Amino acid sequence: MKKHLMGLVCGLLNGMFGSGGGVAAVPMLEGSGLEAKKSHATSVALIFVLSIATTISYLMGDKLDFQMAWQYVPYGVAGAVVGAVLLKRMPNSLLRRVFGVIILAAAVRILVK
Amino acid sequence: MNILIGLLAGVAASMGFGGGFVLIIYMTAFDGVDQVTAQGVNLLFFLPVAMVSLVIHQKNRLIEWRTLLYLVPAGILGILAGTWIVSHVNVGMLQKLFASLLIFVGVKEIFHKNSEKGLTNPKESNIMKSLKCDDREKSS
Repeated sequence: MKKHLMGLVCGLLNGMFGSGGGVAAVPMLEGSGLEAKKSHATSVALIFVLSIATTISYLMGDKLDFQMAWQYVPYGVAGAVVGAVLLKRMPNSLLRRVFGVIILAAAVRILVK
Repeated sequence: MNILIGLLAGVAASMGFGGGFVLIIYMTAFDGVDQVTAQGVNLLFFLPVAMVSLVIHQKNRLIEWRTLLYLVPAGILGILAGTWIVSHVNVGMLQKLFASLLIFVGVKEIFHKNSEKGLTNPKESNIMKSLKCDDREKSS
């Protein structure tokens, strides 16, 4: 039941705010006993599937700018390779601290917006 | 600039740090793009980036597929519920609440005690134990 609840919370956040599900998934997965690296990789997989669902709803609403996205995609894919290699090599403890700093920055941005 | 932002967002997305944070902030704050368009661009950007990341994560055996099986259906239900809530309730306050929770989690992550023992082996993780319990319940 706990796992279903985790999925529900992530989906709710993505549905309401357009993002945030992945950020919530990582600490919840860690809390369930997964090591940090696996929590991060599994959250990417979860958000990938949820993003397909969200993209379909955006497609129906005609809200997608493919041309603008294409400006970033090739570099993003290169970055993905670097990030995936980094994730494998980064110690779990450092990973958690970097993640902590990033979500603090995200929280401050939401609060002062 | 697109090269740097694309690279940075790709690294962040691949590592599960939220690549949307980089891309959406850049587009809305410095490129004059409205929030909804930026979110759409971020979605289109994330799909191929995540696909490449997941292939490598899978090679590195970092994805817990059995956990995902439980998360995805509930997640899709959550998206539907979240989309419905947005169209009926002002979520501004909810977003601030979420941000406050993020501050708590962020501080906890930064100042966590380094105790990795026992977590590197998935067989010892709580979630795997509970999955096993579920299997036993099903088979009995």
